[in-house]
Amino acid sequence: MLRYALLRLLGAIPTLLLVIVLAFLMVHAAPGGPFDDERMLSPDIEANIARAYHLDEPLPAQFVRYLSGVLKGDLGPSYRYRDHTVSELIANAFPLSLKLGAMAMLLALLIGIAAGSFAALRRNSAVDRLTMAFSMTGISVPVFVIAPLLVLLFAVKLHWLPAGWSGNEGIARFVLPVISLALPQIAYIAKLTRASMIDVLSSNFVRTARGQGLGAYAVIRYHALKPAMLPILSYMGPAIAAILTGSVVVEEVFGIPGLGQFFVRGALNRDYTLVLGIVIFYATLIVLLNLVVDILYGVIDPRIRQR
Amino acid sequence: MLRDMISFRFVLLVALGLALVSCDKPVDSGAEVATLHRGLSVEPESVDPHKSRSVQAAEVLRDIGEGLLSYSAAGELVGGVANEWTVAENGLTYTFYLRDDARWSNGDAVTAEDFAFSFRRLVDPGTAAFYAQMLSSIVNVRAIVAGEKPPQDLGVNAVDERTLVITLDQPTPYLLSLLTHPSTFPVHRGSITQHGKSFARPGNLISNGAYKLDAWQPGSVLMLSRNEHYWNNDETAIDAVNHHVLTQEMTELNRYRAGEIHITGSVPPDSFKQLRSERPAELHIAPYLAVYYYGFNLTKAPFKDNRQLRAALSMAIDRDVLVEQITGRGEAPAYSWVPPGVDNYEPRRLAYADKSQDERNAHARRLMHEAGYGPDNPLQIELRYNTSDTQQRMALAIQAMWKDALGVQTTLINEEFQVLLANMQAREITQVFRSSWTGDYNDAHTFLSIMESGNPANLPGYASAEYDSLMQRAAGQVDLDRRRLWLEEAERVLLADHAVIPLYFYVSKHLVSPDVVGWGDNVLDYHYSQHLSLVPAGATP
Amino acid sequence: MSTRTRFWASLRRSRTAAVSGGALAAIALIAIIGPLISPHDYLQTDFGKILNAPAIADMQIFGTDDLGRDLFVRTMRGAQITILVAVVASFVSLFIGVLYGMVAGFVGGRVDAVMMRLVDTLYALPFIFFVILLMVVFERSLLLIFIAIGAVNWLDMARIVRGQTLSLREREFVQAARLTGVSPLRIIFRHIAPNLLGVVIVYVTLTIPQAILLESFLSFLGLGIQEPQTSLGALVDAGVNQMESASWMLLIPAALLALILMCFNFLGDALRDVFDSRRFR
Repeated sequence: MLRYALLRLLGAIPTLLLVIVLAFLMVHAAPGGPFDDERMLSPDIEANIARAYHLDEPLPAQFVRYLSGVLKGDLGPSYRYRDHTVSELIANAFPLSLKLGAMAMLLALLIGIAAGSFAALRRNSAVDRLTMAFSMTGISVPVFVIAPLLVLLFAVKLHWLPAGWSGNEGIARFVLPVISLALPQIAYIAKLTRASMIDVLSSNFVRTARGQGLGAYAVIRYHALKPAMLPILSYMGPAIAAILTGSVVVEEVFGIPGLGQFFVRGALNRDYTLVLGIVIFYATLIVLLNLVVDILYGVIDPRIRQR
Repeated sequence: MLRDMISFRFVLLVALGLALVSCDKPVDSGAEVATLHRGLSVEPESVDPHKSRSVQAAEVLRDIGEGLLSYSAAGELVGGVANEWTVAENGLTYTFYLRDDARWSNGDAVTAEDFAFSFRRLVDPGTAAFYAQMLSSIVNVRAIVAGEKPPQDLGVNAVDERTLVITLDQPTPYLLSLLTHPSTFPVHRGSITQHGKSFARPGNLISNGAYKLDAWQPGSVLMLSRNEHYWNNDETAIDAVNHHVLTQEMTELNRYRAGEIHITGSVPPDSFKQLRSERPAELHIAPYLAVYYYGFNLTKAPFKDNRQLRAALSMAIDRDVLVEQITGRGEAPAYSWVPPGVDNYEPRRLAYADKSQDERNAHARRLMHEAGYGPDNPLQIELRYNTSDTQQRMALAIQAMWKDALGVQTTLINEEFQVLLANMQAREITQVFRSSWTGDYNDAHTFLSIMESGNPANLPGYASAEYDSLMQRAAGQVDLDRRRLWLEEAERVLLADHAVIPLYFYVSKHLVSPDVVGWGDNVLDYHYSQHLSLVPAGATP
Repeated sequence: MSTRTRFWASLRRSRTAAVSGGALAAIALIAIIGPLISPHDYLQTDFGKILNAPAIADMQIFGTDDLGRDLFVRTMRGAQITILVAVVASFVSLFIGVLYGMVAGFVGGRVDAVMMRLVDTLYALPFIFFVILLMVVFERSLLLIFIAIGAVNWLDMARIVRGQTLSLREREFVQAARLTGVSPLRIIFRHIAPNLLGVVIVYVTLTIPQAILLESFLSFLGLGIQEPQTSLGALVDAGVNQMESASWMLLIPAALLALILMCFNFLGDALRDVFDSRRFR
């Protein structure tokens, strides 16, 4: 068991290394540097800055310096936010993105599964068609269209919810961003659930249960729901990726200081260390998650371990 | 399989719980505190005066720090930490006398040695400050920045606790306004010794301004509160200031309209007309010390040594259309290089400024013809600008104008800002490019100096011996009126050479809530929070 | 092959497929013809006509934008580009994915395990970040957008194709071919590839909406199509800014974008229904 885990871990390291090298090269390949600005600097000052941030060293040397820092857990100072280190910025921003994403995912699952099951039960009825129509819209309209519309309606016109993030407290400021983020996923999960549920509902054991007089909702809850969830489970991976992508937009629109926003800013500002730091962070996180899932599967199904 | 299901749901529940329970660190707003909410359009890169460079960082710094001089609410130069000063006859020695009651936020007295230390730190190559050459006329600044001399050799000297003497190697009439700039603010020596690199963190930072930095949530907000030890604390009405980082103009506007922000950092161009009719009293548009221009690459064909061609392109642009249709926020068309409103200066104008657009176009066509271009040999050029809606619209408009009037075929190339900058500085592939320049202080020199040959901000690569010598003459002048003549003549030469096409002068644009009292528009766009006050809740404004 | 004929026949019977396919064809047609019959050019600015509401007069049925350009022509042009980007990008990812999946599935064994492990790890990476980095590093062009989007989407295709190839490999006719010594290359191209067609078509119609959304997302960040070219995503982004003063600038391209996406989604669904019922899996 331990050997299995260790082997997997070792297998992950080259991937991570590859990611780091790739990202490092890409960021440094981008024209322009982190200290460019409309206000151009004299050569002396530029030289001083380059020296202070080690940008005057040859690229391999910079890479080695960076890598040894990373191995010690130091992701370096941010070139743009000069009073903060990258680790700090990530530590600040990630919990927020995580919260946002988790809430959106949860909302999507709860509403999506419920709606999809409902639609499956009332197949071909008006409710079904309505749900599916809504579903289609949710998938087809981009997040950056929905989000500003929601803000316009609920915050500016109706004053029901706060328009922005900073300086506001409580759960109210989560509402609009989470909804914007969740909508496309609600739509997709509802669609998946409906299709899967229809399949399951027409299977033998369900028909047996119904034949035995079990009510519709009970049938779903005790018999149909679990098997119907399989496609949803396998959709979880893409769903998380979609939420990650969507969060960049949502964070932009609502001014939420999450990791997505910092990344885009970092890329545009050529904040090398910040960009690299975020990429490494996410890559490590996901590799670790995969590892944990793999191990869990190995625990559940010993056959896999032998492969 | 079943176990998967159960554990899956369990994970969901746990996640939900976590999400809700660990909801927020509540923003400590305290009880009944008058808090001003301002919007910043770019996040400050640092609150260390020597490590920052952006206009937005300067805004925050002006609230938490103070230099030898400052500006009053009416926009006049007044004493800051220094309440008296004398200048020697030859203009090369300045003596500043500091206030007795100037204090840091921890109660320590602000001394002349603090300033001397800070200026040395500013120019120290190890600090790598962006504005290291802000005070470039002080003795030895250039040598120190280049690493040739130690910072100790800087021409500043703390004669005693309250007296600071600054020695210059060139008369610099605008030195006093330079000393309002945040890069010249003092830093607390004790903190740097104690905390080293992290001395600028909230909690560690000791500053000498009207407010102190309580908290900074990166990407979100900087929270300031009253500095009780500030010498003018009695006049400070507002207890706390929150500078919100709002990079999207529409988002900021929405928050303003929802009543969450008192002062915006900017106004979205597309909402301008609507705001002008809906909230005319809240919309503050004022001339600003910045010019938007198209530059020519003067080091390569076709613009090298081709004044006629440059003049033609410059003439054929209808600036009125640009400011009315494209920018549409009250900007002024630019026929000079130096913006209006600069102290002790009258900008020169382009020779064709008073002609009608038709006359200009006719003249331009003649010039094109003389330069060898015409319908059978159209001019084909590239116009580069950085990715942004406004720049794009401007470029499209000008592309159309050049085409209609002169038959010029312009290829538009939009590049990301960093890329464009690198290209402009390299001067290899650029032909016409968009840029802008913002003045650092209220003197024509801040605009004219960048066109001297060798100045790093001289993107066109303008190198005129005549211009350089005029600027030199001005630099040596102690007499302000004589100096002004040299500067104005230099501008005339620059405009006659058509090294650049000035298009319009910027305006500062803010929405200011009617609850805010004391807002004064000024050409530097400095708005110190300590000069403002809030109408008490419930009172009629 | 008779299976293919059956496939097409049942597809034709599906109503949703017909409607959405028809709608897409109609949109494509209008997108091509529209700009040709309108008197306006998508580049021509006209400052006298800024932000006009839609009107029948002068054939400006969608109104004008903030530079006085006719929105109908621009929307059609944008639709052309959007569909072009989506289709080409999807084909890029198709090409990479199919090739990769076929090789992995056919060769099998250690090679397959390694290749799929790579896919698994890449799958989990935050690709959006690499796309953004790509757009920032290289000079932006239509080509780069194709590559960037295509490179992000190929993983799903690779997985599916590999699965299919694996099962196809065990089928009798392939076994027979191998036993009789037909070269692997020929087996791949003559026997396996044609049978992948069904799966591939289904997944292409699913990746196209993803590509469209990705492109419009890039435009929103300012990293997408450059002026004077435009895409529906870029038009929507510009429209969001004018949401309150000129709502047609947002609503029309957004509606068209949603419509195109819906058609592709419906088509994909219908294809998948047909496909599954054939029990090709």
